[in-house]
Amino acid sequence: MAMLTAVPTATDTPVTLPKTPTGITGLDEITLGGLPQGRPTLVCGSAGCGKTLLAMEFLIRGATEFGEPGAYITFEETEQELAQNVRSLGFDVEQLVSEKKLAFDYIHVERREIEETGDYDLEGLFLRLGLAIDSVGAKRVVLDTLEALFSGFSNMALLRSELRRLFGWLKQRGVTAVITAERGDGSLTRQGLEEYVSDCVILLDHRVKEQVSTRRVRIVKYRGTSHGTNEYPFLIDADGISVLPITSVGLKHKVSSARVSSGVARLDAMLGGQGYYRGSSILVSGTAGSGKTSLAAHFADASCKRGERCLYLSFEESPDQIARNMRTIGIDLDPYLASGLLRVEASRPGLYGMEMHLAQIHRTVGDFKPHSIVIDPISNFSNAGTNIDAESMLLRLIDFLKTSCITAMYVNLTSGGKDRETTEVGVSSIIDTWIVLRDIELGGERNRGLYIIKSRGMKHSNQIREFLITSNGIRLEDVYVGPEGVLTGSLRAAQEEREREAGVRERQELERRQRELQGRRASLEAQITALQQECKALEDEASAIVAQGAAQQRALAEQRSKAAQRRGVDRNEV
Amino acid sequence: MNVEPNTKPVSRATPQRGHDQECWELRLYTAGQTPKSMAAFSNLKRICEEHLPGRYKIEVIDLTQNPRLAKEDQIVAIPTLVRKLPDPLRRIIGDLSDTERTLVGLQLRQRD
Repeated sequence: MAMLTAVPTATDTPVTLPKTPTGITGLDEITLGGLPQGRPTLVCGSAGCGKTLLAMEFLIRGATEFGEPGAYITFEETEQELAQNVRSLGFDVEQLVSEKKLAFDYIHVERREIEETGDYDLEGLFLRLGLAIDSVGAKRVVLDTLEALFSGFSNMALLRSELRRLFGWLKQRGVTAVITAERGDGSLTRQGLEEYVSDCVILLDHRVKEQVSTRRVRIVKYRGTSHGTNEYPFLIDADGISVLPITSVGLKHKVSSARVSSGVARLDAMLGGQGYYRGSSILVSGTAGSGKTSLAAHFADASCKRGERCLYLSFEESPDQIARNMRTIGIDLDPYLASGLLRVEASRPGLYGMEMHLAQIHRTVGDFKPHSIVIDPISNFSNAGTNIDAESMLLRLIDFLKTSCITAMYVNLTSGGKDRETTEVGVSSIIDTWIVLRDIELGGERNRGLYIIKSRGMKHSNQIREFLITSNGIRLEDVYVGPEGVLTGSLRAAQEEREREAGVRERQELERRQRELQGRRASLEAQITALQQECKALEDEASAIVAQGAAQQRALAEQRSKAAQRRGVDRNEV
Repeated sequence: MNVEPNTKPVSRATPQRGHDQECWELRLYTAGQTPKSMAAFSNLKRICEEHLPGRYKIEVIDLTQNPRLAKEDQIVAIPTLVRKLPDPLRRIIGDLSDTERTLVGLQLRQRD
């Protein structure tokens, strides 16, 4: 975990020692500015660890980028061999030599040609060194590797005193020198050169762990200045050496509160209605076949739809395969691939070491400048190295992408039987939004479910959604949660059907009851009318009777008066 | 300190093949007139007189005058004696004070 600690930044300590920048990516950062100016630096390491290349790049960059000519004194390879070796890295040594920016001298020391017959010194070496320096006005010198002298001469005492004189002489000439040396058993160099070079010692290492090789560099000592003390991975690729200090040392990156769509409307709704934060890191984990890549493709598609570049790093499928598969779910990535908005980089994780992957990603990102990135899947990285390596690499990657404000989606395959809420590589804690896809086995079916474990800085849904992959992309459905438990898939559909039927029946029943009530009401109203009519009839009858009574009385009175008239009673009798 | 080569005519009644009859070309590389260089030159002269009388040439090259030759002739140690002729080329370093080793180096004597 050495790499997780921070590199001290240049602002932490005032630079007191004048330094010569190497121009090698990352090396100037960990040395806080470069190698000690006008002094020798020892670069040691075992065979094949990159000493010669580092030395060569130091000179070439000095000559091309800093206007400092260099002299290369080689004891092992001829000038032609060296030039050939670095030509693959795009350095044209012959050109620099003809422009008098570089001088070479191949010092060939072979013991069997040499008979020692008394006192001697190495003045010839000094003369040649001086010649090489003077021929181009060199400010930088490489001696690669002085130890060849030890196999050429047998008088050790003399050799050592000459070496001491050599380093003094180099300092006096004021050249910034790089001296390479083989790593020895239990000591930094086989011949103890570290005794003479005391200002700066850089150790290169090339380790193979579980069949994957990683190169590392460490500043063993740097007198008079602070420096990064850890082992930093470095790699050699088409552009030379890149040392990888951690990109973001503190958690100081700026954050954006802008939001970007996940490409799935319903998922955006679950994420506070707006989707992911721009520049956040999103982890999508799930078992095999749970739809992770489809979700990632939606994300990539949404990015391209906004006209933003998206980088898709695939460690399982080829670009063509991804495009074909996504077409079947209604995501057409081809136009974006053609227009260059989408770039798919496919490689096998075991192809090279972790550091190489990281550096490649760095390089591609620097080159392509994507707005969003998909890494599918990150779990495969543990194949390329140990888990610790993978974890530290991912941490650095996540940091790097966050610092660059690139929205990053990391796809993680959870192997069956394991706890779904763990990642193979323990990065979940630094992820901003974590979406888990899981399969739900129920009723003889395997269905997909999606839920959000966390999403920093936004209100997010706590519900499980059923996750359907249709020919029109991903659709999220509510799962059935009822007295029957959580149901998905056809069980959910059946349950919903049952509920629908039940609903119809219920409605019919209601209507029937309504009609019944209406009928009853109608009949009651009819009864009321009948009674009212009856009542009216009675009233009529009563008034008829009264009228009849009155008429009879009148008739009677009339008859009586008529009878009285007839009888002739006087009026008073009436 | 260029020294004129000793070019005494070879006076032998019956010429023989091999080292004995050839003229030796020797080149001594030095860097200025240091005690080591002086010693080397006088030692060389002594040995030649003794073992190659009259058939040797010594060329002394001062590399401080012409450092380019150090590169061309692959010289590291000073003084270096190079036997250019007869073939093969031999290199001997040091002030030649060890006569035994000088003779072995020049192949004037078999290694013990």
